[in-house]
Amino acid sequence: MSLITYATGFQPSAETERHPVGTQAARPPQLAPSRLPRGGILFGPVALVAIWELASRIGWLSPKFLAAPSTAVLTGIELLSNGTLADHFLASAQRAYLGLGIGVALGLGMALAAGLSRIGEASLDGLVQIKRAVPTLALIPLAILWLGIGEAMKVALIASSVLVPIYINTHAALTGIDIRHVELARSVGLSRGAFLREVALPGALPGFFTGLRLAVTTCWTALVVLEQINTTEGIGYLMNRARDYGQTDVIVVGLAIYAILGLGSDFAVRFWERRALSYRKALAS
Amino acid sequence: MNASAHPLHLPRGHAPAAVSLREVTRRFSGRTVLNEVSLDFAPGEFVALIGKSGSGKSTLLRALAGLDDGVDGEGRISVPQDRSVLFQDSRLLPWKNALQNVVFGLRGADADERGRAALADVGLGGREDAWPNALSGGEQQRVALARSLVRQPRLLLADEPFGALDALTRIRMHELLFRLIRQHRPTVLLVTHDVDEAIKLADRVLVMEAGRIVVDRPVALAHPRLKDPHFEALRGDLLAALGVSDAV
Repeated sequence: MSLITYATGFQPSAETERHPVGTQAARPPQLAPSRLPRGGILFGPVALVAIWELASRIGWLSPKFLAAPSTAVLTGIELLSNGTLADHFLASAQRAYLGLGIGVALGLGMALAAGLSRIGEASLDGLVQIKRAVPTLALIPLAILWLGIGEAMKVALIASSVLVPIYINTHAALTGIDIRHVELARSVGLSRGAFLREVALPGALPGFFTGLRLAVTTCWTALVVLEQINTTEGIGYLMNRARDYGQTDVIVVGLAIYAILGLGSDFAVRFWERRALSYRKALAS
Repeated sequence: MNASAHPLHLPRGHAPAAVSLREVTRRFSGRTVLNEVSLDFAPGEFVALIGKSGSGKSTLLRALAGLDDGVDGEGRISVPQDRSVLFQDSRLLPWKNALQNVVFGLRGADADERGRAALADVGLGGREDAWPNALSGGEQQRVALARSLVRQPRLLLADEPFGALDALTRIRMHELLFRLIRQHRPTVLLVTHDVDEAIKLADRVLVMEAGRIVVDRPVALAHPRLKDPHFEALRGDLLAALGVSDAV
């Protein structure tokens, strides 16, 4: 830190200019990139939108190919003010979060059963590993035959894809419990119930949150695919219809909403995670 | 199988032994780590166990703590039910604050009150809400010491509890442990690498080698031990028993 301040504030004299290396240490080579300033991560997205807008304005990008960001913003405001967007948005959010809720509950329940009992692990672990290897999209035909083409099929498929990351990460955290904590619990004579409550579950919480962050992304990904099938409302339906009419601005609005929802969900989970695992940051605060 | 071939320390006076081992043997994958160890500790006796790495001293402590099931071996061990273990690492649960760690597994309505008193005893009164992450290594080990003593154990098993601390913190911890042990009067087994630490604190020093107790010496020095004229002689004997010469 002091070295860098010194180098930038340094006024070379005639003497040192003649021996720039010999008499004064040169600024050391920077081996690792320094940290991004706050909000620096936004540079890429903002630059992309700026170039995109510019390309549209000077006519390189036809609106038939891709609408300008400014057009999409205006369309978004219009759809918002006439209420269309809100309906479709709510339909999508309901599907996604219903599927997410059911999937998280199932994944957590199965992870606890498999992580805390041998019969649970023997029964469930192999099944989830197989489910993990089968892409959700490949299950669509069967799910349609069993559950029809309505909401139940969509929510079930979202739940089944969300369940996997929740299960895998929570289960791994439960089975990877620190043996030293087990010894400590034995040395203070803890009962099995108290051990689960006070050691096993809090110890598995970081794994659960890792799973949850993956799960919120997974649920939106699954939603996008499923909303292409027989829907009359939802962001996916809006985008499909726009394709038929060649409205690239509406498609861009739909993409933006998916991005906002995905990022927003991730942000919410991270916020919750920081609060629940606040003990980890004790040193930094 | 001949127990008389091994040092057998009988309890002083007529009080029954607080801890007793008879021909205790432990093996790890065929290698004998404890070899027919027989010992008795008197109630309230402070015993230090020293030895090179791999001599079996931690195995002996874990056998007394009941933390060695699944390990191959035989022999009879009799220890009090209410015993505490002080590990080399503090083993605080990171998701519990200092007070919750102290009263971990402690039952009773007055647990929190006793926990606060124990924290105050180790000089951490007012730090009840601190997360382990926010405590220094020495403070963490003091919380662990409070966790061991709040149970008022009849036997305290300490496995190199100060081994990971810096030299100055270690000296302060010796003083603290010595003071608290005098208050609570449990029987103590302190496993350590440090000959000076053993002489400073213990009433009796055992040296272990290849799974056997090869030296069993009472420490008949006045406190402060380091100032006693016989300190150097005892230290030299124990170092010699460990195969070390302190030439520098």
